[in-house]
Amino acid sequence: MKLGLVVDLDTCVGCHGCATACKQWNTSGTIGPLSDENPYGRDPNGAWLNRIRTYEVDDSPNSKTVNMPLSCMHCEDAACVTVCPTGASYKREEDGIVLVDQDKCMGCNLCSWACPYGARELDPDQGTMKKCTLCVDRIYDEKLPEQERKPACVLTCPTKSRLFGDFDDPDSEVSVAVRERSGKALMPELGYNPTNKYLPPRNKAVVQTYEVDKSVIGTLKSWANRVIAR
Amino acid sequence: MHPAFSVLIFTVASGAGYGLLALLIMGHLMGMTQLQDNTVVLTAGSLSLALITGGLLTSTLHLANPKNAWRAFSRFKTSWLSREAVFAILVYPFALTYLLSSWASEELNLLTQLAGILTLILSMMTLFCTSMIYASLKTIRQWNTSLTPLNYLVLGLMSGSLLLVTVQGLVQGSAAQSLQSLALLLVVLGASVKLIYLFWIGKPAGSTINTATGFTQAKVRLLDAGHTADTFLTNEFGYEAGADKLLRLRAAMLVLAFVVPFILMTLTSTVMMLIAALLALAGLLVERWLFFAEARHVVRLFHGDQAT
Ligand code: SF4
Ligand code: SF4
Repeated sequence: MKLGLVVDLDTCVGCHGCATACKQWNTSGTIGPLSDENPYGRDPNGAWLNRIRTYEVDDSPNSKTVNMPLSCMHCEDAACVTVCPTGASYKREEDGIVLVDQDKCMGCNLCSWACPYGARELDPDQGTMKKCTLCVDRIYDEKLPEQERKPACVLTCPTKSRLFGDFDDPDSEVSVAVRERSGKALMPELGYNPTNKYLPPRNKAVVQTYEVDKSVIGTLKSWANRVIAR
Repeated sequence: MHPAFSVLIFTVASGAGYGLLALLIMGHLMGMTQLQDNTVVLTAGSLSLALITGGLLTSTLHLANPKNAWRAFSRFKTSWLSREAVFAILVYPFALTYLLSSWASEELNLLTQLAGILTLILSMMTLFCTSMIYASLKTIRQWNTSLTPLNYLVLGLMSGSLLLVTVQGLVQGSAAQSLQSLALLLVVLGASVKLIYLFWIGKPAGSTINTATGFTQAKVRLLDAGHTADTFLTNEFGYEAGADKLLRLRAAMLVLAFVVPFILMTLTSTVMMLIAALLALAGLLVERWLFFAEARHVVRLFHGDQAT
């Protein structure tokens, strides 16, 4: 199995719901807590496993606003695991999930240096490395109803922009979405082979605009129209 | 990259320590007359171990959870940091054997030679592993180059050679010509390696905001980073120093670490050599600071940098 996420950049509205649901679930999950330093002060700082940034692509009038959530890509060639001196970071054989054993981590930060996607953050209070667990503590939980055995971010997304599944299965929701919508890996040139993929925005029909008639007659006409309408 | 002071002290001090130890043993075992003196060997040897130990202890200061530091020996097969830790510890028994055996008999015996050779190899391996921690990171193009290990090895040997000739000069009253020439040669080599590095990192290359976001056919700009205060990522990777500050520090580094030590080294006074060695160490601290401050991690692309 190769579990991972697909994020639809066409429909993501950048509401930060996934990041909040993630923080809520994981702060009391297997790697919790996700501490905050100075949470109500002027400079709050805390460990988040998912962050959303907003970009503008291309120039006006062809520009598009794109919201991009970023969390661990559960890379196939995860250098974060190889650089770890303590063995705290590991990638699971059975499903490819990359995890940090909180009891082994010494907080050297090296894995966060090795990660290109900013997916690892040091917990300011615990002094250990925190990262996305793909909600390993709920996706296998047989006490939950079948449809709820998904990562918290996927369940919470109001626009259904996050898909979860097995990339090794060609008929899974994620494989199909990547195939049909040309899902992309980010920074493929670094060779980490990230499992998570991003679906680019669809090409939309051009919004019609019309020319304003600026001649004397035109101005007079539009003035007359406005007066009569009143 | 944010320059963590403990890492700067660690790499400069332990680099000088391993360089000093390696050169001392090399000269001693190859039969250099001035180094057949017990006092010189023991003084230089102890100084190097003090530098190494001080450096290693400082390095643990940057760990956020040091109670697990002992586990760092466990991933020798994959992690350069783990290899560094293992080699750094392995140096001690051999270095101590070498020093004790030199102390016990002035004549070079088999034990001194064997322990010496092993200490020499392990010292250089440790230094190499330290440099590979940085050089192996594909995420930082300014580090991901074979120039990084070259820099660490040459600069370690350079500062070690300055310390060696100083110790030898202070103990025996006058500096050995050959050690002096070696130091001069290594200062020139160090300066050349550093200049090549500075030239090399000046050329733009690698990932861009386009490959990071996957939008490779149009301009991409950051509109919103998603947070109003600093985060772990901006603190660790967002370090930004002004271009003129960097330029001034580059100049200071070249003058302090190479130019002035070279001039002082050409004089015969041992006091001047001591000053040269101390200045070079200060210069190398600036060099290490720049090594971090000028390194630009690819995460910066997600925070709006166009290129690294
Ligand atoms: S995204 Fe980063 S933390 Fe996650 S597997 Fe890849 S390199 Fe490791
Ligand atoms: S911070 Fe923890 S998980 Fe990361 S490399 Fe260091 S010991 Fe391993």
